Amino acid sequence: MNRRALAGLLILLALLVAAPALLGGYGLSVLILVLYFAYVGQAWNIMMGFAGQLSLGHALYAGLGGYVAAGLYTHYGIGPWMGVFAAVGAAVAAGAIVGYLGFRFSLAGVYFALLTIAFGEFTRIGFDNWTWAGGSGGMFLKVERGITDLANLRGGTVMFYYVILAMTVAAFLLCRALLESRLGRYWLAIREDAEAAQAVGVPVLWCKMLAVTISAALTALAGVWNAFYYNNLFPETAFAVGRSIEMTLSPIIGGLGTLFGPFVGAVVLTGMGEIFTDLSDQFHVAGLKQIFYGLALLIIVMYRPAGIWPWIAARLGFEEKRK
Amino acid sequence: MSGARLELSGIGKTFRGLRAVHDVSFAVPAGTIHALIGPNGAGKTTIFNVIAGVFAPTAGTVTLDGRSIAGLRPDRVCDAGVGRTFQIVKPFKGLSVLENVTVGALHRRPQLGPARAHAEAILQRLGLHDRRHQLAENLTLPDRKRLEVARALATEPKLLLLDEVMAGLRPTEVDVMVGFLRELSAQTGLTILLIEHVMRAVMALAAQVTVVSYGEKIAEGTPAEIARNQAVLDVYLGHEDPA
Repeated sequence: MNRRALAGLLILLALLVAAPALLGGYGLSVLILVLYFAYVGQAWNIMMGFAGQLSLGHALYAGLGGYVAAGLYTHYGIGPWMGVFAAVGAAVAAGAIVGYLGFRFSLAGVYFALLTIAFGEFTRIGFDNWTWAGGSGGMFLKVERGITDLANLRGGTVMFYYVILAMTVAAFLLCRALLESRLGRYWLAIREDAEAAQAVGVPVLWCKMLAVTISAALTALAGVWNAFYYNNLFPETAFAVGRSIEMTLSPIIGGLGTLFGPFVGAVVLTGMGEIFTDLSDQFHVAGLKQIFYGLALLIIVMYRPAGIWPWIAARLGFEEKRK
Repeated sequence: MSGARLELSGIGKTFRGLRAVHDVSFAVPAGTIHALIGPNGAGKTTIFNVIAGVFAPTAGTVTLDGRSIAGLRPDRVCDAGVGRTFQIVKPFKGLSVLENVTVGALHRRPQLGPARAHAEAILQRLGLHDRRHQLAENLTLPDRKRLEVARALATEPKLLLLDEVMAGLRPTEVDVMVGFLRELSAQTGLTILLIEHVMRAVMALAAQVTVVSYGEKIAEGTPAEIARNQAVLDVYLGHEDPA
């Protein structure tokens, strides 16, 4: 990273830290969405952008993480900072199972993606019928207004904003460190050509397993945050395929395999998404946002297949190439 | 870096009843250059893949300095000291030339810095250093072939398997590659096994040649002996026009 990029990054970070003082409640809630999608996009990008493994079932890890932490909290009063370990454990176990089945038996590309969807779907059906987790009626966290209790993640928008901001920054730094490590380079090699990678000594199965479990663990944290922010969980939404697809959009539009792409993609998608939601309310045309998402994806795939960020970065002289 | 002795004994490989390789044995003494030649479809690349761990042999043993490597996974075979190139080149297309070779170098140098330095040194030797920041997908075929060699060498092998690295090179480029390999072998004592159709290179490099046809070994000897061998002339090299 050059000096200019670093300065830009620090200014952005300062603005994000100051945002609650600068923005109203609505603006902050939009920014929270941006950061959420930047964060889950970053986590998903480890698998697809770095290691080249297409997962279309990441809602599984977020959903499991959310349900485990929320369940421990509502049923046993175990706070989210403890519950998060169980949540991550559950997601890592799920990721390891999906990954092992897929990678050990050499399911590649769309076949692997189908496997990830299948796991998400039958977990959804399982939760629909699991009374401990509230079944299809959902699980609810007790809403307590006017308090800020960081230890139990009970509080207002500002607190959740700072938590997701911290998570996003941490995920960015973690991904950067990973990419600059042997493991990260091995992932890129696997993404480009797994057979050639193995011939130069890359333990392909092991590296892919690390990609899926690290990605699942990070995604589970987003699930925990999500559950405590919205205070409710339903199998129909938590494990929905649509939720999984949503997670893939920011990195695809921002730039697969780049560190900053997920954030840029999240800004564009969420920002435009909000504008189109407003428009669709004003003019009473339903579904404008969905049409925009579809068009955005189409335009990117056709004209900027490497994503928006590499294109912007080159223009600004930041030069973060798709590694 | 120093060479290791490779020994194949009674190697067989069948694919669902189709016999690709049958009872092939030969040995490559440490530090020598050995060529494997034969008509297309003779099983040369299958033999390479058996050595490199892509396939486990259905019969026979493969040893490197006396240690069995048959049936190991490709990355374990690389651990044991075997580097290989692919006949149909497999660069990491989206990565730069330097990053391609760095991946190989990371095998024995887990830190990115030293691995990159090692990769730079290898690129220098192979004349690819000027192009180190180019994406591998933008290289010409001869450069891709060199990149294959560079990436394999970066893993610091004791045995280097070269699968038709001369194919598609112009005669002068062949001579450059021959010079490089000869120097490499002389300086480091690396053992080299090459599959090659370019006889000019085989004659110039190999101490011994093994000829396979229809999956079986039909001859073995020095290049000069092979060039006179009746069976080899019949199935592979062909006869000079008597007129």
